[in-house]
Amino acid sequence: MDRIPILKMGPFLLVTIQVDLYDRLALNLENDLIAMVSKTGARGVLIDISAVNIVDSFMGRILGNIASMSRIMDAETVVVGMQPAVAITLVELGLTLQGVHTALNVEKGMDLLYDRTDLLTTQEDEDNGEAPDDYNE
Amino acid sequence: MITMSKDTMQIVREQDVVPFRNRVRELAVKIGMSLVNQTKLITAASELVRNMLKYANGGKITLEIVNKNGQNGIRLIFADEGPGIENIPQAMQDGFSTGKSLGLGLPGTKRLVNEFDIKSVVGSGTTVTVTHWKNGR
Repeated sequence: MDRIPILKMGPFLLVTIQVDLYDRLALNLENDLIAMVSKTGARGVLIDISAVNIVDSFMGRILGNIASMSRIMDAETVVVGMQPAVAITLVELGLTLQGVHTALNVEKGMDLLYDRTDLLTTQEDEDNGEAPDDYNE
Repeated sequence: MITMSKDTMQIVREQDVVPFRNRVRELAVKIGMSLVNQTKLITAASELVRNMLKYANGGKITLEIVNKNGQNGIRLIFADEGPGIENIPQAMQDGFSTGKSLGLGLPGTKRLVNEFDIKSVVGSGTTVTVTHWKNGR
Protein backbone atom coordinates (compact mmCIF):
# COMPACT_ATOMS: atom_id res chain seq x y z
CA MET A 1 0.00 0.00 0.00
CA ASP A 2 2.73 2.40 1.00
CA ARG A 3 3.99 4.54 -1.80
CA ILE A 4 6.22 7.55 -2.31
CA PRO A 5 4.63 9.97 -4.77
CA ILE A 6 6.37 10.52 -8.08
CA LEU A 7 5.71 13.88 -9.74
CA LYS A 8 6.10 14.53 -13.42
CA MET A 9 7.69 17.86 -14.25
CA GLY A 10 8.04 18.34 -17.99
CA PRO A 11 10.49 15.75 -19.26
CA PHE A 12 11.59 14.77 -15.76
CA LEU A 13 10.29 12.81 -12.79
CA LEU A 14 10.62 14.29 -9.33
CA VAL A 15 10.67 12.28 -6.12
CA THR A 16 10.97 13.76 -2.65
CA ILE A 17 11.72 11.24 0.05
CA GLN A 18 10.42 12.61 3.33
CA VAL A 19 10.31 9.55 5.52
CA ASP A 20 12.82 6.97 6.62
CA LEU A 21 12.68 4.34 3.93
CA TYR A 22 12.07 0.83 5.04
CA ASP A 23 12.75 -1.98 2.64
CA ARG A 24 9.31 -2.49 1.15
CA LEU A 25 8.85 1.23 0.53
CA ALA A 26 12.26 1.48 -1.13
CA LEU A 27 11.63 -1.49 -3.40
CA ASN A 28 8.20 -0.11 -4.35
CA LEU A 29 9.82 3.19 -5.23
CA GLU A 30 12.35 1.42 -7.44
CA ASN A 31 9.60 -0.41 -9.32
CA ASP A 32 7.28 2.60 -9.58
CA LEU A 33 10.03 4.85 -10.88
CA ILE A 34 11.11 2.49 -13.61
CA ALA A 35 7.48 1.94 -14.61
CA MET A 36 6.96 5.71 -14.74
CA VAL A 37 10.09 6.25 -16.83
CA SER A 38 8.81 3.69 -19.26
CA LYS A 39 5.27 5.08 -19.32
CA THR A 40 6.15 8.77 -19.63
CA GLY A 41 9.37 8.54 -21.60
CA ALA A 42 10.96 10.76 -18.97
CA ARG A 43 14.53 11.76 -19.73
CA GLY A 44 15.57 12.35 -16.16
CA VAL A 45 14.81 11.38 -12.57
CA LEU A 46 15.47 13.76 -9.72
CA ILE A 47 15.49 12.30 -6.21
CA ASP A 48 15.48 14.75 -3.32
CA ILE A 49 16.86 13.18 -0.15
CA SER A 50 17.21 16.38 1.90
CA ALA A 51 14.83 15.00 4.53
CA VAL A 52 16.60 11.65 4.78
CA ASN A 53 18.72 11.26 7.91
CA ILE A 54 20.14 7.83 7.29
CA VAL A 55 21.43 6.27 4.08
CA ASP A 56 22.73 2.78 4.71
CA SER A 57 24.12 0.31 2.19
CA PHE A 58 20.64 -1.00 1.38
CA MET A 59 19.33 2.45 0.56
CA GLY A 60 22.55 3.21 -1.33
CA ARG A 61 21.99 0.13 -3.41
CA ILE A 62 18.43 1.22 -4.19
CA LEU A 63 19.69 4.61 -5.40
CA GLY A 64 22.34 2.90 -7.50
CA ASN A 65 19.78 0.48 -8.94
CA ILE A 66 17.42 3.31 -9.86
CA ALA A 67 20.27 5.10 -11.64
CA SER A 68 21.38 2.00 -13.56
CA MET A 69 17.87 0.99 -14.55
CA SER A 70 17.01 4.54 -15.60
CA ARG A 71 20.14 4.75 -17.71
CA ILE A 72 19.14 1.61 -19.57
CA MET A 73 15.77 3.29 -20.15
CA ASP A 74 17.56 6.38 -21.48
CA ALA A 75 16.99 8.57 -18.42
CA GLU A 76 19.57 10.22 -16.16
CA THR A 77 19.28 10.17 -12.36
CA VAL A 78 20.34 12.96 -10.04
CA VAL A 79 20.25 12.67 -6.26
CA VAL A 80 20.01 16.06 -4.57
CA GLY A 81 20.08 17.57 -1.10
CA MET A 82 22.19 15.06 0.76
CA GLN A 83 22.81 16.13 4.35
CA PRO A 84 26.50 16.68 5.22
CA ALA A 85 26.39 14.11 8.03
CA VAL A 86 25.00 11.56 5.58
CA ALA A 87 27.78 12.26 3.08
CA ILE A 88 30.47 11.85 5.76
CA THR A 89 28.92 8.58 6.89
CA LEU A 90 28.54 7.20 3.37
CA VAL A 91 32.20 7.69 2.56
CA GLU A 92 33.35 6.04 5.79
CA LEU A 93 30.96 3.20 5.17
CA GLY A 94 32.62 2.77 1.78
CA LEU A 95 29.59 3.59 -0.32
CA THR A 96 30.53 5.95 -3.12
CA LEU A 97 27.24 5.91 -5.07
CA GLN A 98 29.04 5.23 -8.31
CA GLY A 99 27.06 6.06 -11.40
CA VAL A 100 24.67 8.30 -9.50
CA HIS A 101 24.86 11.99 -10.32
CA THR A 102 24.50 14.31 -7.35
CA ALA A 103 23.74 18.00 -6.91
CA LEU A 104 23.47 20.22 -3.88
CA ASN A 105 19.82 21.17 -4.28
CA VAL A 106 16.79 20.69 -6.52
CA GLU A 107 17.59 23.76 -8.62
CA LYS A 108 21.13 22.60 -9.37
CA GLY A 109 19.87 19.10 -9.93
CA MET A 110 17.43 20.36 -12.56
CA ASP A 111 20.23 22.29 -14.28
CA LEU A 112 22.34 19.16 -14.28
CA LEU A 113 19.52 17.10 -15.79
CA TYR A 114 18.94 19.66 -18.55
CA ASP A 115 22.67 19.66 -19.16
CA ARG A 116 23.01 15.92 -19.33
CA THR A 117 20.00 15.34 -21.50
CA ASP A 118 20.64 18.24 -23.89
CA LEU A 119 17.03 19.26 -23.47
CA LEU A 120 17.67 23.00 -23.27
CA THR A 121 18.07 23.22 -27.04
CA THR A 122 15.07 21.01 -27.58
CA GLN A 123 12.98 23.26 -25.35
CA GLU A 124 13.94 26.35 -27.30
CA ASP A 125 12.88 24.63 -30.46
CA GLU A 126 9.46 23.81 -29.08
CA ASP A 127 7.85 26.60 -31.11
CA ASN A 128 9.10 24.96 -34.26
CA GLY A 129 7.21 21.84 -33.35
CA GLU A 130 10.41 19.86 -32.88
CA ALA A 131 9.85 19.00 -29.25
CA PRO A 132 9.32 15.33 -28.71
CA ASP A 133 5.67 14.72 -28.00
CA ASP A 134 6.10 11.50 -26.12
CA TYR A 135 5.95 13.25 -22.73
CA ASN A 136 2.19 13.34 -22.88
CA GLU A 137 0.70 10.59 -20.88
CA MET B 1 32.89 0.84 31.69
CA ILE B 2 29.71 1.48 33.70
CA THR B 3 26.24 0.81 32.31
CA MET B 4 23.90 3.71 33.06
CA SER B 5 20.74 2.42 31.41
CA LYS B 6 19.72 -0.72 29.62
CA ASP B 7 16.91 -1.64 27.31
CA THR B 8 16.23 -4.47 24.89
CA MET B 9 14.39 -4.77 21.60
CA GLN B 10 13.32 -7.86 19.75
CA ILE B 11 13.78 -7.71 15.99
CA VAL B 12 11.71 -10.12 13.95
CA ARG B 13 10.81 -8.35 10.73
CA GLU B 14 11.86 -5.62 8.38
CA GLN B 15 9.32 -3.16 9.85
CA ASP B 16 11.21 -3.24 13.15
CA VAL B 17 14.22 -1.52 11.59
CA VAL B 18 12.89 2.04 11.55
CA PRO B 19 11.56 2.00 15.16
CA PHE B 20 14.87 0.54 16.28
CA ARG B 21 16.81 3.28 14.51
CA ASN B 22 14.56 5.88 16.13
CA ARG B 23 15.27 4.34 19.52
CA VAL B 24 19.02 4.60 18.92
CA ARG B 25 18.58 8.21 17.86
CA GLU B 26 16.65 9.02 21.05
CA LEU B 27 19.46 7.63 23.18
CA ALA B 28 22.13 9.44 21.16
CA VAL B 29 20.24 12.73 21.50
CA LYS B 30 19.80 12.08 25.21
CA ILE B 31 23.56 11.94 25.82
CA GLY B 32 24.14 14.96 23.57
CA MET B 33 25.90 13.20 20.70
CA SER B 34 26.69 15.44 17.72
CA LEU B 35 24.72 15.03 14.50
CA VAL B 36 27.59 13.46 12.55
CA ASN B 37 28.26 10.93 15.29
CA GLN B 38 24.56 10.18 15.61
CA THR B 39 24.37 9.56 11.88
CA LYS B 40 27.40 7.26 11.95
CA LEU B 41 26.07 5.26 14.87
CA ILE B 42 22.56 4.91 13.45
CA THR B 43 23.89 3.93 10.03
CA ALA B 44 26.12 1.28 11.64
CA ALA B 45 23.16 0.06 13.69
CA SER B 46 21.04 -0.09 10.57
CA GLU B 47 23.61 -2.23 8.77
CA LEU B 48 23.86 -4.63 11.69
CA VAL B 49 20.13 -4.99 12.17
CA ARG B 50 19.72 -5.72 8.47
CA ASN B 51 22.42 -8.39 8.67
CA MET B 52 20.61 -9.92 11.59
CA LEU B 53 17.33 -10.05 9.68
CA LYS B 54 18.91 -11.31 6.51
CA TYR B 55 21.09 -14.08 7.87
CA ALA B 56 19.39 -15.04 11.14
CA ASN B 57 15.74 -13.95 10.69
CA GLY B 58 16.15 -11.43 13.50
CA GLY B 59 17.39 -11.46 17.04
CA LYS B 60 17.68 -9.43 20.19
CA ILE B 61 19.31 -6.03 20.55
CA THR B 62 20.45 -4.59 23.86
CA LEU B 63 20.73 -0.79 23.92
CA GLU B 64 22.80 0.76 26.68
CA ILE B 65 24.03 4.14 27.75
CA VAL B 66 27.51 3.52 29.10
CA ASN B 67 30.11 5.66 30.81
CA LYS B 68 33.88 5.34 30.73
CA ASN B 69 36.22 7.85 32.35
CA GLY B 70 33.38 10.34 32.66
CA GLN B 71 32.38 10.14 29.02
CA ASN B 72 29.00 8.84 27.94
CA GLY B 73 28.47 6.58 24.99
CA ILE B 74 26.00 4.19 23.43
CA ARG B 75 26.61 0.47 23.35
CA LEU B 76 24.53 -1.80 21.15
CA ILE B 77 24.66 -5.57 21.38
CA PHE B 78 23.18 -7.52 18.48
CA ALA B 79 22.63 -11.15 19.39
CA ASP B 80 21.14 -13.63 16.97
CA GLU B 81 20.69 -17.37 16.84
CA GLY B 82 21.47 -17.71 13.19
CA PRO B 83 23.89 -19.98 11.35
CA GLY B 84 26.96 -18.14 12.65
CA ILE B 85 29.92 -16.94 10.62
CA GLU B 86 32.50 -19.52 9.65
CA ASN B 87 35.32 -17.23 8.69
CA ILE B 88 35.20 -13.91 10.54
CA PRO B 89 38.37 -12.40 9.03
CA GLN B 90 36.87 -13.04 5.59
CA ALA B 91 33.50 -11.54 6.62
CA MET B 92 35.36 -8.44 7.79
CA GLN B 93 36.88 -7.86 4.34
CA ASP B 94 35.52 -5.08 2.17
CA GLY B 95 33.52 -6.45 -0.71
CA PHE B 96 33.01 -9.92 0.67
CA SER B 97 29.45 -11.18 0.92
CA THR B 98 27.81 -14.56 0.96
CA GLY B 99 24.50 -12.84 0.23
CA LYS B 100 23.92 -10.62 -2.73
CA SER B 101 24.80 -7.42 -0.93
CA LEU B 102 27.68 -5.04 -1.56
CA GLY B 103 29.67 -6.65 1.22
CA LEU B 104 30.11 -3.36 3.04
CA GLY B 105 28.08 -4.24 6.12
CA LEU B 106 30.60 -5.51 8.65
CA PRO B 107 33.81 -3.72 7.59
CA GLY B 108 31.89 -0.51 6.88
CA THR B 109 30.16 -0.71 10.23
CA LYS B 110 33.47 -1.17 11.99
CA ARG B 111 34.77 2.04 10.42
CA LEU B 112 31.73 3.98 11.59
CA VAL B 113 31.93 3.21 15.31
CA ASN B 114 34.60 3.59 17.98
CA GLU B 115 34.57 0.01 19.25
CA PHE B 116 33.54 -3.10 17.39
CA ASP B 117 33.55 -6.69 18.55
CA ILE B 118 32.22 -9.79 16.85
CA LYS B 119 31.86 -13.27 18.22
CA SER B 120 30.32 -16.14 16.37
CA VAL B 121 29.75 -19.82 16.88
CA VAL B 122 28.82 -21.78 13.78
CA GLY B 123 25.42 -23.33 14.26
CA SER B 124 24.45 -21.31 17.32
CA GLY B 125 24.67 -17.62 16.47
CA THR B 126 26.54 -14.34 16.22
CA THR B 127 26.93 -11.47 18.67
CA VAL B 128 28.14 -8.09 17.49
CA THR B 129 28.85 -5.37 20.04
CA VAL B 130 29.46 -1.77 18.98
CA THR B 131 30.18 1.25 21.14
CA HIS B 132 30.22 4.85 20.06
CA TRP B 133 31.28 7.67 22.39
CA LYS B 134 29.57 11.01 22.67
CA ASN B 135 32.43 12.94 21.07
CA GLY B 136 33.12 10.18 18.56
CA ARG B 137 36.51 9.23 20.02
